[in-house]
Formats: sequence, structure tokens, C-alpha cells
Amino acid sequence: MPTSNPFGNLFGKSPFPALQDHMRAVLECARDVIPLFNALVAEDLAAVQRAQQRISAAEARADKIKNEIRLAMPKSLFMPVDRRDLLELLDLQDSVADTAEDIADLLLERQMKAPPFLQPGLLALVKRCVETCEQAAQVIEEFDELLETGFRGREASLVEAMLAELNAMEHETDVLGAEVSRTLFSHEKQLHPVDAIMWYRLVEWVGDLADFANKSGNRVRLLIAH
Amino acid sequence: MELITQYGTVLIVLAVIFGFYMSWGIGANDVANAMGTSVGSGAITVRQAIIIAAVFEFSGALIAGGNVTNTIRNGIIDPTAMAGTPEVLLLGMLSALLAAAMWLMIASWRGWPVSTTHSIVGAVIGFALAAIGTDAVAWPKVIQIASSWVVSPVLGGAVSFLLMLSIRRLILDTEQPFQSARRWGPVYVFMVGFFISLVTLFKGLDHLNLELSVTGSFVAALLLGGLLALVGWNMIRKIRLDEAADRSFHFSSVEKVFTPMMIFTACAMAFAHGSNDVANGIGPMAAVVGIVQSGGQIASESVLPFWILLLGATGIVLGLATLGFRVMQTIGSGITELTPTRGFCATLAAAATVVLASRTGLPVSTTHIAVGAVIGVGLARGIGAIDLRVIGGIAMSWIITLPAGGLLAALIYLILRGIFL
Repeated sequence: MPTSNPFGNLFGKSPFPALQDHMRAVLECARDVIPLFNALVAEDLAAVQRAQQRISAAEARADKIKNEIRLAMPKSLFMPVDRRDLLELLDLQDSVADTAEDIADLLLERQMKAPPFLQPGLLALVKRCVETCEQAAQVIEEFDELLETGFRGREASLVEAMLAELNAMEHETDVLGAEVSRTLFSHEKQLHPVDAIMWYRLVEWVGDLADFANKSGNRVRLLIAH
Repeated sequence: MELITQYGTVLIVLAVIFGFYMSWGIGANDVANAMGTSVGSGAITVRQAIIIAAVFEFSGALIAGGNVTNTIRNGIIDPTAMAGTPEVLLLGMLSALLAAAMWLMIASWRGWPVSTTHSIVGAVIGFALAAIGTDAVAWPKVIQIASSWVVSPVLGGAVSFLLMLSIRRLILDTEQPFQSARRWGPVYVFMVGFFISLVTLFKGLDHLNLELSVTGSFVAALLLGGLLALVGWNMIRKIRLDEAADRSFHFSSVEKVFTPMMIFTACAMAFAHGSNDVANGIGPMAAVVGIVQSGGQIASESVLPFWILLLGATGIVLGLATLGFRVMQTIGSGITELTPTRGFCATLAAAATVVLASRTGLPVSTTHIAVGAVIGVGLARGIGAIDLRVIGGIAMSWIITLPAGGLLAALIYLILRGIFL
């Protein structure tokens, strides 16, 4: 007796565990940006390549999860939060992975070398940006608790505090990024013009990691808005 | 009364077979929905659910199954319209039973969402219209039943919504959720026992020769609730705070407190389902048996023979044992979204609503109420994703099942009339 009883069909696939899965893959991409730049500074091309491959693989995984989430989110789904907010959150999370992949690809394709004057500031910026991504991922991990408490109350306040921290971290990366740009500006005449332009772009992209992470957080803020 | 003297035994045997078949179908198909919230939340295993369902479906049918049975037997049809022609009612009830059973079989084979309650009510109305006309149907009662189909899922949803909010307020959104859960857990268990037994005992249980006054019912319900709370308290007491699990999910320990509590709501739900749905199988059967045994008297008020309730209860348990467990397995494995706290709210709300409806004699759909209760938890922003397409399916079962059951019953009635009259 095949049964299509209303009760069995009642439950859709919850988007929250899937969003967390997605964010975990995204975080893998972001984390590998640190070994990527370490290898760059050490001028270890093979290690740069390995890092790029890992980032690329994790990005592909994130893409796959993203598409699955979209497919499992028909309009008939009734969710505790707005569907559009979730889809935008998903896009922003994905942008972090995309940015990490762009950075790795550019470094590898142009076989870029980090000029010594840029190295300390650059590594500091990368580290802080990845930490910002970690913080955003932490926020996404709170979804289970948020769902349990109906996106309200103490748990929501806790997440709000985490988001404030995320915001502050992102601001720090802005300051670090500006510093690196200034250093770059004061030395840019030593560089090949195309290299200089590419380094400006890379610094911007590294900053984008933190930027997209923070924007993901801002979407979560909308979910707990009251 | 030629028909009765000539074919009395045959008719009773047919009624018993059809009625038993319906009860079997209810056990095979419907019980899984009633237990869905309990099994789905992972609080009890499929095996435990089957044992609980067997015991409490049986007792629900036996103890509290009488009121709804009476409604289906003689509430939908105006008995005065058939006073002179008992054979019409006799054949009609047989056709209604057969029609409902056939429609259910077709629907489950095609995978359509239908409700046993809607099938049988539609079938009874259908035969009355075909045999006598619009006068024969007790329209005020039918309207009351039909509105209960809209009101009851909404009521279930509202209750589960409020329960969910109360659990949030009292337990989840506190400084120490685990301690709060241990403190309030027994109170919630008390509510299960108190409410279900109060509604069941209120006004007494005639067919069990148990007459209780209002105060008596209250005292008995208080005692039963207190007893359950004590048992629940003893179970909860043994649960320890799991700090490791709480680190990855802050409310793991709270959910652990609610896991044993779900056993009580699962029992309540099985009891409620038994009390309401056994009537779908045995209502028409009881009518046939009543008329034949009284030699053609259509009594609007007669005592329901105990053996008929017993037969229906046995049918449900048998259906559960032969096929129902498989349906339960598929449903139970499909739901990961329902944690014990949410499952508790949904199940308690559904059980309370069904028991209340049963006590007032209204045949409601347990499945629809369970769906309503889950949506109530969803409205409290407690469930990741609810597919609202099921509401379309429910609406379809309202719109299609009633006329389908009715048409089939009318057809079968005409055929039976050709054979017997």
C-alpha cells in the first residue's frame, strides 16, 4: 500500500543544516588562504599550487551544496524566517568562497611574488580577514540554537553580541587593508605597473573575504530583527 | 421485516466483516500518522510506538470510543425519516461501510491523501440522499461535523503554538535551561494526564457502568495527573546534564529531559486516536447489529454492545501489526526536524484536541489535527521547513473524499437493494 499521507509529506528539508554545511565548506576555502600566502612568501610554488587546489575543491563543494539548497527551497515552504533573506545569506556566504578562489587563481596564474616590503602587512591582513570569516561561521553555527528558541530571547542577544564582534573585526581588516595599500603606494614605483595594479586588486580581494563574511552576518541580523 | 428474519444473520456477518476490515484499514494506515510526531522526534523507537499504539489504541477505543460511534450510527441520519423502513437503514449502513472501505483502498493504492473519517461520513450521507432524499440527513449535525473539520486542526495548531511559547518562556529562554526543564517537566506531564483523563471521565462512561460526578471526574483526573507527574519526575530525575553534547548544541540536555516525557504524549495520542477513529469502522456495524437484534426497531438511543467496541479495537491493533508498522517506519525516518520539545507540544496539542472532539461525539480527522498541531509549532518559528502543499492535499481530501464516498455508497446501496429487496 503506497501511502502519500499528509503527515509524511508535511516536513520539508530544513534549510538551516544545509546552510551550515555550506558555510563549513566556505570556511575551508577561507582558511586555506593563510597557507596560500605563507607559501607565496616562502616562494614555494608547489605549495601555492596545493593550496589553490584545495580551495578550488572546497569551492566546488560549496557550489554543489548551494545548488541543492536552492532546489530544496520551493515557494510552498513555510519557514521561520523569510525565504529571500536566506537565499541572500546563501549568496553572501558563497561570495566568500568565490573570492578565496579568485585570489588563489590570480596568484597562481600570474605566478606572483610578494615583494618583501609588502609581506608583513599582507600576512597580518590575511590572518585577520580569515579570523573574521571564522567569526561569521561561528554565527551560522548558532542556527540550531536560534531555531530552538524561535529566533528570540537570550540566544538572539548572544548572536547579536557575536555580530557586533564580527562588525568590529571587519572594521579592523579595513584599517589593516588601508595600511597595506599605503605601503604599496609608497613603493609602487619599484614594481612593474601591471604587478602594482594586481597587488592593489589582491589587497582589495583579501579585504573582500572579511567584507562578505560581515555582510553574511548582517543578513543574520535581519533574521533576528525584532 | 422479511429481510431481517430471512437474512438477519447474513447481514450481521457482512457488517462484522466490513466493519472489521475498516478497523483493520485504520490500524494499517492511520495509526502511523497519529504516532508520527512521537516517532519522528526520535523520542520513542518504532518498536515502542507499536507497543504503545497497540495498548492505548485498544483502551482508547474501548473506554472512550462510544460517543463518536453513536454519532456515526445515528447522528448523521435523522432516524424518524426511516422509522418505518428499517431495512433501508440496514442496507444503507452496509453500503456506507463497503463504500468507505473501497474508497480508502482505491485512495491508498493511488497514493491520495484521504481521511477515514471523511470517507465514512460522506458514505453515510450519500446513501441517505440516494435512499430517501435530503430530508433523511440531519443537516444541523452534518454542519457541526463539517465545521469541526475546520475548527479542530486550527484548535490543535493554536494549542501547540501556545505550548511551544510556554516551553520557550519557562525553559529554553532561561539562565539555566536544563534546571528549568527538570523543574517544569513534571508539570507538563501532569497536564497530559490531567487533561486527557478529565475529558474522558467527564460525565462518566455509561457503557462501562462508570458514573462520575463533575467533582468526581476532577478528583480522579487530578489523581491520575499527579500519578503520571510522579512517574515523569522519577524518570526526569535520572537525566544528567551532558556538558559535552551541550557544547555543540546548547539545548541537548533539555531535549533529553523531554525524551521520556514524549512517552506520555505518545500514549495520550494513541488513546485519542483509538477513541475517535474506531467509530469509523464500527459505527455503521453497530447500527446494523442494533437493528437486526431488535427485530427492526430503530432506536436512537441504545447501548453500544461491548463486543462491537472490542472487535473494532482488535481490528485496529491487527492492522497496526500487519501493515501499520511499515508505514510508521517510513514516516518515522522522514522527520529529523522534530526535536522532543517540539514533538511534545505538537503531540500533546493534537491528543487533547482529538479527545475533546471525541468526547463531544464529533468524528474528526486525527491526521489533519496532527498536521495542524505541527503547523502551530511552525508558526512559533520552531520548525525549519514545513511544506504547505500538504494543506492543498488536505483540502483535496475534504472536497473529493466526501462526494466520492457518498457516490460509492449510493451506488452500492442501489445494487444491494436490487439483490435483497
